[in-house]
Amino acid sequence: MSAYLDHAATTPMRTSAREAWVEQAQRGGNPSSLHTSGRAARAVVEESREQIADALGARPSEVVFTSGGTEADNLAVKGTYAARHRSVGATRLVASGIEHHAVLDPVQHLVRRQGAEVSWLEPDRCGHIAVDDLRAALDGAGPDSVAVVSVMWANNEVGTVQPVAELAAVAREAGVPFHTDAVQAVGQLPVDFAQSGADLLTVSAHKVGGPVGVGALLARRDAPLVPLVHGGGQERHVRSGTLDAAGIRAFAVALTEAVAEQEVAAARLTALRDRLVTGALGLDLGITVSGCWTAGDATGRLPGNAHLLVPGCEGDSLLYLLDAAGVECSTGSACQAGVPRPSHVLLAMGYEEAEARGALRLSLGHTSTESDVDAFLAALPAVVERARRASGAA
Amino acid sequence: MRVVAAMSGGVDSAVAAARMLDAGHEVVGVHLALSRSAATLRESARGCCTIEDAGDARRVADRLGIPFYVWDMAERFQRDVMDDFVAEYAAGRTPNPCLRCNESIKFAALLDKALALGFDAVATGHYAQVVERVAPDGEVVRELHRAVDADKDQSYVLGVLDADQLARAFFPLGDTTKPRIREEAAARGFSVAKKPDSYDICFIADGDTRGWLTKHLGEQPGEVVDAGSGEVVGTHQGAYGFTVGQRRGLGLDRSALDGDPRYVVGVDAPTNRVLIGTSDLLGVDLLTADHARWCGPAPTAEVRVGAQVRAHGEEVAAWARVDDTDPEVVHVRLDARLRGVAPGQSVVLYEGTRVVGSATIAATDRARVTAG
Repeated sequence: MSAYLDHAATTPMRTSAREAWVEQAQRGGNPSSLHTSGRAARAVVEESREQIADALGARPSEVVFTSGGTEADNLAVKGTYAARHRSVGATRLVASGIEHHAVLDPVQHLVRRQGAEVSWLEPDRCGHIAVDDLRAALDGAGPDSVAVVSVMWANNEVGTVQPVAELAAVAREAGVPFHTDAVQAVGQLPVDFAQSGADLLTVSAHKVGGPVGVGALLARRDAPLVPLVHGGGQERHVRSGTLDAAGIRAFAVALTEAVAEQEVAAARLTALRDRLVTGALGLDLGITVSGCWTAGDATGRLPGNAHLLVPGCEGDSLLYLLDAAGVECSTGSACQAGVPRPSHVLLAMGYEEAEARGALRLSLGHTSTESDVDAFLAALPAVVERARRASGAA
Repeated sequence: MRVVAAMSGGVDSAVAAARMLDAGHEVVGVHLALSRSAATLRESARGCCTIEDAGDARRVADRLGIPFYVWDMAERFQRDVMDDFVAEYAAGRTPNPCLRCNESIKFAALLDKALALGFDAVATGHYAQVVERVAPDGEVVRELHRAVDADKDQSYVLGVLDADQLARAFFPLGDTTKPRIREEAAARGFSVAKKPDSYDICFIADGDTRGWLTKHLGEQPGEVVDAGSGEVVGTHQGAYGFTVGQRRGLGLDRSALDGDPRYVVGVDAPTNRVLIGTSDLLGVDLLTADHARWCGPAPTAEVRVGAQVRAHGEEVAAWARVDDTDPEVVHVRLDARLRGVAPGQSVVLYEGTRVVGSATIAATDRARVTAG
């Protein structure tokens, strides 16, 4: 039995979601068809849309289904840029330097290929984006020069939670649409679209116990969006393509359950996370926590996120040795051709490349138990000793 | 045993990993990222450094159900193999980077990291054999031997391994011919079964060594000099682009020469001169080589060996002895003169099919009197 501590990558599917998924897949039917089975599928999709909207403080008409978080982020960034570039001649993007690649890369694409300019908001040592920095970035520019602001709700690597409502308010004041990638936040933090003041919000099914391949962009009715995918005109002509009724059904079931359990889950995960961090720090291995961690804090940092820096180790050696010891986790950062690179998030937060190399992300979720955490803590001393030797050898 | 299978993404290392698994070992696949520009896509994969190669290796590992990792050794490869390659050419020598790679990457950096992580050995897809023999004192000695498939034999590029490295090395393909390995790969359902062989230097994608060196060393115009007369008979754009024995691409002013073909007979880096001469100047039978490495015990007296100076070159009967004062230096007397021997090349010494050791040729000469 291995200890799965990589819920931020993907979390096991909830039983209720799996059952709903299979059940709907057996029914079939194209939600765009006018006949009986089509109408039945459409009813499932719309009911799911209502449930998702309800769980996230949105209106059903604000839910645009996509193939997942990456597509929703791309639509938010590129779709808004295209719309605002056309309507008001906006040429600038504002984004945090610690965004997921699903935001970072579309921004860079627009800069390299379409002549856009970008103002990066750099985080402090905790990973926080300062509201004043956003204000400064928007003040310097004319109201119509910025196409969109994108700052994630909570960071996928180090778990830092951003002051989304304050940031959104500053953007609103400046008349610039505000997007937030809430993929990691939903289920762990209270996420209310209307209250947040965001114009666009990304959510993914498989991070809350639904299937991979489905997600949504919550978009206010007045959010300007040019579609990336053209076709049959589904999803208010913003995102064409036959709707995945089974996936959407399972997404709604998982999300509803995750949001209903959020408060209880947050308390449970915070306790588990603190057990893990306290245990790791107490091993006398020189381990530190990246970002800012306070025991019991369930709102400043994702309850399920522990991110450790192990000095003198290569992340990939740690991963291999932990995997061999039955503990599955991640470095948290993306690979290039399979070669781990120091995380752009840690570097933006001011860590040195050498420090960032020994990063380890342990992320907890709905199936995590104390014995998972203890298995990790038990394996760690020998793993670190080995990894340090390997680092010296190579 | 716990074994790291070095997986290049080619057919040979794929079958090698599979065979280690079949033999009951606990196997983890490791692909070495040797180039910083690994992310660039290349049309025809030539062996080591493309993103497709890493992907091919991963597919095989997934099929075998073994863990797979990419280890970044680009910095070390740059320093120990590529920089060395450039420096050797700049010094007028002709290096073999595959030996350097085996010596300092595959059976040093990779092996050391593997051992530190708790593995016992490294397996590669080289065509060579390790034979275990019980010595008179009862100790088991591992010897390196040529592969069964003479056409594919790669014992030459492994001649740099010492006894400790050999003790941690597996070459599971040495007893099989290449066509059989391809059949086996196909039978195992590996997508790489029909992938073309890699022949060239892996970091020179288009095979144009001179062009690659020009990019690193710049053009260095100099003179082409007739070794017999001392006359300047042409010019070149960099002495590093020439190697002893080379006949083509000399850019000679034909009218200054008689009809006999001319060859490069020497490259003098300090004066940036390329020396040319007729074929009779090419043959040498005395080699002085340094950087000696012994795959077992070093010879204590002059020994009868077969000497090979090129990866797929002929083996020539010879006598070899370690220098009286410098144990890193070897003197080799060839029974017959050999053409096209360049300083920088490795001479690998064999006793039958067994690899005795290797050394890097520093100087060549012709014996005044034929050795008796």
